[in-house]
Amino acid sequence: MMDNPHRPWRARVVERIQESATIFTLRLEFLDPEIRASYHFAPGQFNMVYLYGVGEVAISIVSDPKDPTLLDHTIRTVGRVTNGISQLQAGDTIGLRGPYGRGWPMQEAEGRDVLVITGGLGCAPVVSVINYIARRRKQFGKLTILQGVKLPKDLIWRDRFERWIKEPNTEVFLAADKGDPSWPWHVGLVVELFDQMRLSDNTIVMMCGPEGMMRACVNELLLRQIPEHAIYLSMERNMQCALGQCGHCQYGADFVCRDGPVFSYDQIKPLFAHSGF
Amino acid sequence: MMHPLPPHFLPRDQLQQLFDNLQRNGHQIYGPQVHDGAIVYAPLKSTSALPQGVEDHHAPASYRLKNNGSEHWFDWVSTAQGVKPLLFRPHETLWRATRDAMGTLHFEEPVNSTAKLAIIGLRACDLAALKLQDRHFLSINHSPDPFYAARRQHLFIIAINCTRAVESCFCSSTGDGPRCDPTAGFDIAMTELDSGFVITSGSLQGRQVTKQLALRSASKAECDEAAQREANATRQVRAVPSQNMRDTLFNALDHPQWDEIASRCLSCGNCTSVCPSCFCYSEQSEAELDGSSSEQQREWDSCFTQGHSYMHGITVRHDTRLRYRQWLTHKFAGWHDQYGRSGCTGCGRCITWCPPGIDITAELAILNRDRGETDDG
Repeated sequence: MMDNPHRPWRARVVERIQESATIFTLRLEFLDPEIRASYHFAPGQFNMVYLYGVGEVAISIVSDPKDPTLLDHTIRTVGRVTNGISQLQAGDTIGLRGPYGRGWPMQEAEGRDVLVITGGLGCAPVVSVINYIARRRKQFGKLTILQGVKLPKDLIWRDRFERWIKEPNTEVFLAADKGDPSWPWHVGLVVELFDQMRLSDNTIVMMCGPEGMMRACVNELLLRQIPEHAIYLSMERNMQCALGQCGHCQYGADFVCRDGPVFSYDQIKPLFAHSGF
Repeated sequence: MMHPLPPHFLPRDQLQQLFDNLQRNGHQIYGPQVHDGAIVYAPLKSTSALPQGVEDHHAPASYRLKNNGSEHWFDWVSTAQGVKPLLFRPHETLWRATRDAMGTLHFEEPVNSTAKLAIIGLRACDLAALKLQDRHFLSINHSPDPFYAARRQHLFIIAINCTRAVESCFCSSTGDGPRCDPTAGFDIAMTELDSGFVITSGSLQGRQVTKQLALRSASKAECDEAAQREANATRQVRAVPSQNMRDTLFNALDHPQWDEIASRCLSCGNCTSVCPSCFCYSEQSEAELDGSSSEQQREWDSCFTQGHSYMHGITVRHDTRLRYRQWLTHKFAGWHDQYGRSGCTGCGRCITWCPPGIDITAELAILNRDRGETDDG
């Protein structure tokens, strides 16, 4: 029989980091040295993480592709599988297969100004972009980070944002729907921050978050003459096989798990304005 | 392509010989049989199990068998379910996981049956649908599915040319039938006459099997009679408005007809179950109660279920309107982008087996007629 693409490989939890009350990061390593040696990924790609006896879930890889042996997965506890996975400790073994999908256009972004927009808790996939650029700072132009949350406590990695603010050629804009005394930044919606930014015509945009927020941001960007093909969005859909086979993640004719999750806006524009796809 | 051989004639009493030869070659034969008032594919060894003189009569939400008193085994037109379940199993184990005493996981291949199947009875619409499933499950765009591939590789196909059409048929309009043309993908195709079958081979395998039967060539009269009978099947009362509805449907996403259909649709998923091209499946882990092992299983799923578009608290298609629109736009529009043609081969099963009798050809006609009126938004 031919190779079974459904079957995971074994991986070990090297470290478990609690990021917030409901968000944690698992640092994983394949057990098999051959898999470890041959595995490579790009920012924005994801793995299927399997919890024994419970099931699989699609999680994007947030660590740097330069080290493909230690794979960080930042996970929010939302359902049956992620609840179970949150109980794992260093030393536990799980199943892991991937990487899947098409990641962020990092090569295309080289030499250009990069605007990273994230909303809510969906920031993990673009944090890989920020980290990637931060480590290769000279290869990119200005980095602008726009992050919106509902409440100040929803901002994970606050220390990282505070560090990024101080980086050269980097601007960070943060917004919370509701503020509190701990929140020195904007109170309101992410889209309200666009007026504070100056976007060069050399800007490439990478965006991830709730679709309503992404829609509003796309409108703002188009108003500011950012071309459709320079706006990239990471889409999220029900994923079960990650092989473009089970049909759940279809977005029109695209299989998000295979043709995405990162799309340029012009690719998905015809359906993006409609709910139900 | 193989040069087609002139047709041969297989006397009625020699069909058993064909079955015997296939079984000697290690094939398990599946053929049409009457179960619970419907024609279905089931294992058989002898021609005596075939439904003799049985006609099927279809209408939206209606399916009845009648005996016409003839000796024919293939006077029915459409099995309740196509051959999809024999290749893309409704329920299948993808892999097994075990956990040893140290708590370490081990992943293993499942134990699946590897029987070589021979199926008799596929119609032109079924062959076309099989090609669609091949495009999906054996696609080079992703890793081919090893389970589907293993069954498909050994499949021997005996196709039957339709000699009737039923009320739900519309394969002529999709370009998939009613005749099984030489490139349709069969090993053997047969047209039933009173005294036997006009038989042609469509593959090397088919030629070898035909050769073993030592048949004489079909006479001109027999070929003429076969052609005449086949012509009966072209009398179809339904049709799709066009073989490419892609732009029409993607431009009609806000059409009021979706609401109208949703007022009748039960979102039951019968259509996706009987559709020979629908490929969605869900996965679940089935753990043993003692925790020693767990199987990863897949099961047919349907875009009409709530779970199909569910992700962490959001159901993307939360109502029937969106689910029906997903089904129809995928089948008749998305398929063109994915696999280069419509995902419908005109078998009509979704019309027959829809409890409220929703007729996709009628719905497509409405969406097509009003095209341009709603696409400016």
